[in-house]
Amino acid sequence: MSATIATHVNGAPVYYDHSGEHHPPNSTMLGFWLYLMSDCLIFAVLFAVYAVLGRSYAAGPSGADLFDLPLVAANTALLLFSSITYGFAMIAMQARKKSQVLAWLAVTGLLGLGFLGIELYEFQHLIHEGAGPGRSAFLSSFFTLVGTHGLHVTFGCIWLVTLMLQVRKLGLTPANRRRLMCLSMFWHFLDVVWIGVFTFVYLMGVL
Amino acid sequence: MSTAQHQAAAEQLHPILGRLGWEAIPYHEPILIGTFAAVALGGLLVLALLTKFRLWGPLWRDWITSIDHKKIGIMYIILGVVMLLRGFADAIMMRAHQAMAFGDNAGFLPPHHYDQIFTAHGVIMIFFVAMPLVTGFMNYVVPLQIGARDVAFPFLNNFSFWMTAGGAILVMVSLFIGEFAKTGWLAYPPLSGILASPDVGVDYYIWALQVAGVGTTLSGINLIATIVKMRAPGMTMMKMPVFTWTSLCTNVLIVASFPILTATLVLLTADRYLGTNFFTNDMGGNAMLYVNLIWIWGHPEVYILILPVFGIFSEVVSTYSRKKLFGYASMVYATVVITILSYLVWLHHFFTMGSGASVNSFFGITTMIISIPTGAKIFNWLFTMYRGRIKFDVPMLWTVGFMLTFVIGGMTGVLLAVPAADFVLHNSLFLIAHFHNVIIGGVVFGIFAGINYWFPKAFGFRLDAFWGKVSFWCWLIGFWVAFMPLYVLGLMGVTRRASHFDDPSLQIWFIVAAIGALLIAVGIAAFLIQIAVSIMRRDQLRDTTGDIWDGRTLEWSTSSPPPDYNFAFTPIVHEQDAWHDMKKRGAQRPVKGFVAIHMPKNTGAGFVIAMLCTALGFALIWHMWWIAGLTLAATVIASIVHTFNYNRDYHIPADVVTRTEDERTRALSAAA
Repeated sequence: MSATIATHVNGAPVYYDHSGEHHPPNSTMLGFWLYLMSDCLIFAVLFAVYAVLGRSYAAGPSGADLFDLPLVAANTALLLFSSITYGFAMIAMQARKKSQVLAWLAVTGLLGLGFLGIELYEFQHLIHEGAGPGRSAFLSSFFTLVGTHGLHVTFGCIWLVTLMLQVRKLGLTPANRRRLMCLSMFWHFLDVVWIGVFTFVYLMGVL
Repeated sequence: MSTAQHQAAAEQLHPILGRLGWEAIPYHEPILIGTFAAVALGGLLVLALLTKFRLWGPLWRDWITSIDHKKIGIMYIILGVVMLLRGFADAIMMRAHQAMAFGDNAGFLPPHHYDQIFTAHGVIMIFFVAMPLVTGFMNYVVPLQIGARDVAFPFLNNFSFWMTAGGAILVMVSLFIGEFAKTGWLAYPPLSGILASPDVGVDYYIWALQVAGVGTTLSGINLIATIVKMRAPGMTMMKMPVFTWTSLCTNVLIVASFPILTATLVLLTADRYLGTNFFTNDMGGNAMLYVNLIWIWGHPEVYILILPVFGIFSEVVSTYSRKKLFGYASMVYATVVITILSYLVWLHHFFTMGSGASVNSFFGITTMIISIPTGAKIFNWLFTMYRGRIKFDVPMLWTVGFMLTFVIGGMTGVLLAVPAADFVLHNSLFLIAHFHNVIIGGVVFGIFAGINYWFPKAFGFRLDAFWGKVSFWCWLIGFWVAFMPLYVLGLMGVTRRASHFDDPSLQIWFIVAAIGALLIAVGIAAFLIQIAVSIMRRDQLRDTTGDIWDGRTLEWSTSSPPPDYNFAFTPIVHEQDAWHDMKKRGAQRPVKGFVAIHMPKNTGAGFVIAMLCTALGFALIWHMWWIAGLTLAATVIASIVHTFNYNRDYHIPADVVTRTEDERTRALSAAA
């Protein structure tokens, strides 16, 4: 709805907008927010499942036995820094500095890949120790929650590379700026989810 | 399940075809072979006709790749009607089987086949009949009612439809390749786990619902953004048509509940494919968790089906009573309250699980509270009719039939909401009768009211009233004859999903129910005849005004069918029932000064990606890991390629708009 359209002329109601083209306001941001909230519900389910099954060790190892907190802290730092560097990319975008945007996106992507690398190492290590997803309900829910977040980061990295190619090819057009905004929300969303994972799974898991 | 068992299963896989082999084709089942022959011949006939009349090009250009919300809406409704025939074929087989399977007679369906039929019946009727039909109506009607030219994300709309269709394809394929789940429509573990159901049936169930579920979630996001962002100037929230209101609440429910289904099925998938222990009996798994999660989605789901239909009834009652809807604001608030409460009642589906008296009481009370806003709606419709000049056209017959039938279903629902009573009635035929009472008497009746009401808007001619009335009476009487005996049987303690009975005194009730199902079959046939007769007599049934019922909302201000761009000029809204207000105050339709209109372009990307996802689902069902990897990669690549297409819209030139609108001006003056 636009406030600029005259609904009355000389006190008499007007029934059609003769101003010609009807420009619907851009709905992409609202739509993307709605998508993020639906994704948030998927994580909500996984957190709830972890809350129910997180102590069902089936006589196997617990979080305190398994988690390597310094490693997870390093991982968390990588992801949080990647959010900051994405923020720098957005500032550069506002200033219309294309090469700076690309550079910050590249740093963000590398930090994301570093996060994934450490996570894969952690998973491989756990499975090697006999603490794979099939060992107990606790480990099933742990691997699924953390792995789903990791899959999201993987998808975010693929998207990031695609967008870098598109920005390089077409520049910071309105369409590309909108896409960068969407990926920005997605990236920060994953950060927020990770803070939940770090707190509820790792920190409370070693208590 | 241990890793060793998994490896043993993996060793038997064919390198390309996975576990698909000749034994998956059910050539020893005469019913399936007959069905397959009929489907194959019918399919060949359709293909031949398409080729003969050179329709492949138009089918691809005008329908499959169309991002026009009107065409997508029509395709959803066609999908729903086609799947209704499949779902009803399952229903009539169950009724016929139960009517004869007494004592020495084993009936004509072996138990493993019977179990697949009741599962497929439930899955198809909810996901691939009711959902496409209500989504189709929301797609077709909402943009027209709010004065918009399309939905917020037209490409996504096309993709959503093809994902839903992809899910339906997987369910249909399970009929001829392999088998469907034998678990009941919600696939409770541990029965649906890998140990009790090692075959492909549950995998068909999972992947069909996952593919369709993605489409449903995206369609919900799309319609919320459309309603929030794209209303005509002046249409404040409290001036929206009631159908748009109920659609908004429905889509909020979709976005807030379908992700839960997706996540829950992912966990079941992990149990079956990766050997995790979410819902297993050992290693700390908890099957009750699945039941809770699936119903946290499942209860909102039934309101996703009924709310849009409440909107349809509201439009119909007001139009055919020639009155403003009684209690608009209370109708809106009732809808919102139902939306919220629908999240607070899920546990009433399993009072018998043993959550304790306090928890059961809470959920029993919230369940009973839902009947208050629902009752308010019934009174609003009655008071709209009160002192109205009612015209008993076919949509109005369905509406009155709904009110009488649905109230009974609502009252048996309140009976079941008493936990103590539910301990007796849980999983009995009383429950089956109750939910068919509200789904047939509510959703199905509403869909037929909607088809009869909006058909002339979509096609420019109305549906034949005689066959419409035949269909209505057969459905109405058929419903009562088919389901009242099930209430009786349920009270006598007969449980659901049984395929054989010993007590001969029960048989008469099953025979009566089968006769009711036959009457419904006649009702469905009459509906198909109604469509055919109307197409043949379309010149007599033609409507040139675009406003055949003297409607009240903006969709009736356009021509029938509406032009691609819906509105040459965006209407400005001043009152509820905007079109009625415009007619009353003599608003003049603009006849000159047309300008070019900005519209989105058709694209085949949605269809391609959705069919790749369907193929991915099929490959995963059969453990064809290579094909799964390839189709997954192809899906990702196709999606990325699509994002490189920036050229997504075009302008309808002003002279084309002028020509279309001039034609409408001539038609209107000829009609006057």
